[in-house]
Amino acid sequence: MTWLLAITAGVLFAAGLYMILRRSLVKILVGLALLSYAVNLLLFNSAPLLPARPPLLPPGNGAPPEVYADPLPQALILTAIVISFGVTAFAVVLMRQVYGTLGTDDLNEMRCTDVPCEEVEIASEEEQMEEPL
Amino acid sequence: MLTRQLTWLIVTLAGGVLFAAPAALLRRRAERLAAPLLALLPLAAFVQLLAALPAVRAGETAQVRFDWAPALGLSLTFTLDGLGLVMGLLISGIGALVILYGGAYLHGHPALGRFYTLLLLFMTAMLGIALSGNALLLFIFWELTSITSFLLIGFEHERAGARAAAWQALLVTGGGGLALLAGFALLAVISGSFEMTVWAAQAAEIAVHPLAPAAFWLILAGAATKSAQFPFHFWLPNAMEAPTPVSAYLHSATMVKAGVFLLARLFPVLGGLPLWTPALTTLGLLTLLGAAFLALGQTDLKRLLAYTTVSALGMLVFLLGLGTPPALKAATLFLVTHALYKGALFLTAGSVDHGTGTRELPRLGGIGRAMPFTAAAGGLAALSMAGLPPLVGFLAKELVYETTLTTVAPLLLSALTLLANAATVVVAVWIGWQAFWGRPGDRSLHPHEGTPGLWGPPLLLALLGLALGLFPSLSGGWLIAPMTAAILGHSVNVKLALWHGLTPMLGLSALTLLLGIGLAALRRTLQPRLAAFWRALAPFGPANLYHRFVHGLLSLASWQTGLLQSGYLRIYVLVIVLTTVSLAGLTIILNDVPLTLSPWQPPRFYDFVLVGVILTAALLVTRSRSRVATIALLGSIGFSIAVLFLLYSAPDLAMVQFAIETLTVILFVLVLYKLPKFSRLSSAPTRLADFFFALTGGLLMTLLMLLVSRHTSDASVAAYYAANSLAQANGRNIVNVILVDFRGLDTLGEMTVLAIAAIGVFSLIRLGGKAGRKQRAVTKGERAK
Repeated sequence: MTWLLAITAGVLFAAGLYMILRRSLVKILVGLALLSYAVNLLLFNSAPLLPARPPLLPPGNGAPPEVYADPLPQALILTAIVISFGVTAFAVVLMRQVYGTLGTDDLNEMRCTDVPCEEVEIASEEEQMEEPL
Repeated sequence: MLTRQLTWLIVTLAGGVLFAAPAALLRRRAERLAAPLLALLPLAAFVQLLAALPAVRAGETAQVRFDWAPALGLSLTFTLDGLGLVMGLLISGIGALVILYGGAYLHGHPALGRFYTLLLLFMTAMLGIALSGNALLLFIFWELTSITSFLLIGFEHERAGARAAAWQALLVTGGGGLALLAGFALLAVISGSFEMTVWAAQAAEIAVHPLAPAAFWLILAGAATKSAQFPFHFWLPNAMEAPTPVSAYLHSATMVKAGVFLLARLFPVLGGLPLWTPALTTLGLLTLLGAAFLALGQTDLKRLLAYTTVSALGMLVFLLGLGTPPALKAATLFLVTHALYKGALFLTAGSVDHGTGTRELPRLGGIGRAMPFTAAAGGLAALSMAGLPPLVGFLAKELVYETTLTTVAPLLLSALTLLANAATVVVAVWIGWQAFWGRPGDRSLHPHEGTPGLWGPPLLLALLGLALGLFPSLSGGWLIAPMTAAILGHSVNVKLALWHGLTPMLGLSALTLLLGIGLAALRRTLQPRLAAFWRALAPFGPANLYHRFVHGLLSLASWQTGLLQSGYLRIYVLVIVLTTVSLAGLTIILNDVPLTLSPWQPPRFYDFVLVGVILTAALLVTRSRSRVATIALLGSIGFSIAVLFLLYSAPDLAMVQFAIETLTVILFVLVLYKLPKFSRLSSAPTRLADFFFALTGGLLMTLLMLLVSRHTSDASVAAYYAANSLAQANGRNIVNVILVDFRGLDTLGEMTVLAIAAIGVFSLIRLGGKAGRKQRAVTKGERAK
């Protein structure tokens, strides 16, 4: 199963990266979601996969069972799932806002919101100086 | 006794820093009093140094040391010896005069307060260099002088020329400073200390160490940039953009001597290297001669003086390079002499500028009658510069010739020195005679004498040059002997005299004068021709090289910024992905990570079903052009992963994943029709390229996961949580206990993140209403047009 899961996560990663490389705004969103799935699987796969051995203490004096799944990656994934939901929710609303304001969903057209689009001249104060030897 | 005096000096230094900032305020409150009050500080240092002179002359040195960062070898070690003391006398004495002069020169200037502040800071830093015993401490002061010099050259920052010159000076001296630091670091590696006394004690071991030449070249680079040696000399004439008092103080009398001072300071350490003499004499001679003839092509008084300053600095480096006792005596005497006459001449040039409104030599002439005191100061200083008895300049020139006549190549070196000295005489005649008493070039000038603040300081400096010359045994025994002794490390006997009899030196002096005066008379033909010659040569000069270098650097920066910060999200992502993949791949290859992957266990039937669903959905979602289908596909991936969690012993994860997945689907559906359609914007080749990039990323992840899961994870952490879950936190679900108890604070952080996200979402939606309306209004307006 480890192999299968590794391949699945790899495919999800590849799909997520591919989507995040697109120019369309909504596809970035899909890419984000795919990447967070992939990361969760990556974490999950970092401990041995055991069927039907949840990290729960049996009734009684609280001695742990002989074999149980590692609780640590699970705790990490739990956090990751919730955070990625927060990210996705924020991203969805942000993108709606961007689309509403700029009127485009093409990232290439949003370029000028980030870098100055006109060519910047290199300030050449140097050339105003007398050139001695 | 001497130690106490040094301690008080350090207190004065600290005072310089403390009073620097309020100096700006003082100026506003009491315009007239500011300059005399502020001049008290350097005067105090001057008096303290004078008081220490008898003990130092007797061979004493003092050291005061505070450990600052001992682990770094950085301690505030201050030493007082003959070299530092005389240097300090020059710095503080000329500093006091320059503050007085500056108050008169920049009278009414709105930024006079800033001028005082910077000048005081500079003076403190420069005194710091003179008194440092620790190389790192010296370096800090060194850089401080570069920075204050930058700020003072750019004092009139409204002018582009001043900004450019300041920038150039900072880049050149700052670059040299970096080399210097590297050189110091190498010496520290060799000797295990940053204390210069330790270096001097280990000079023999340092000289034979294989790293010593590298340290020498690096330190020489630092000294050469600071002291404007060829090919770094070009920043100094440009630095004449600074107000004249600054040029007089920083760029002739003190700061530019820092490089020479450092070489003298390190003479006991590096003077034994076989490289020392050839490197320094070549460098010095090139600078000495080149700058002397560059000077003759100049018409601006300040530039004229600047090039002769470069030439003088070359002379100092040349003499230090020779390194013999007579050469060192000549060097120290010439250093003091030059500071006095050049400081006076610069201040005179400023007064002439102030009184006539021009510094152009061809326009000046015959202004001596209107400006008698300035003319006297300038004339006296020029006599010293030309090396006429009984001024101190004569003594220095005699010593220089005495040195060159005793070298291995007496004829050649004496002839070259004579040429350069003759050029100096020419400049001295032009400034001291032509400007004040020559035929007037421009009769429309209305020269007038300035306030005493404008002629007093230069006159005092010039008179000092006369006094030192009139009492040669005094200047020799009290100034030159302690200085030379500090460089050589043992006491020396210095006998200076105005009359040695008819010696070859006297003959050379006379020849120099005759040649110089003869050339000076040819100004009208000589100057334009030389100027044209140098102009023709300028494109091949180091200044032009510097411009090209700076321009190239800026272009490179602009190019690489454009490349990396393109504004295209996909480029950023690509850079991150490719960097990660290549670095991780490289690490795997370089570190010889054994590629033994985890063993293949046959999966169960439902594993295949779930993985099949996920893979199919993941592939389809990249091709989907329907928004509904995309949401459905994403949902199916999420729910399949939830089932996977459930099957592999993570019931909590499964529950959260189900809940979140449901919420996500609802969220998407809610905003679905506010989102743009899935348009296909990239071209087919781009998509293909991206496919391969994405594939490498995915492959790397798969590989990493297989490598990681080969190791059985360290279960001790899990075992700790399992053992303490019930006992300490009273919970049987270990995952829950970790989240809410063991790592409760992390969960609190997570909740904070979610809360911030929620606030963000809420405010964006609120804003969305407004911005949307505005946008619609704008579009409507455009349509109406």
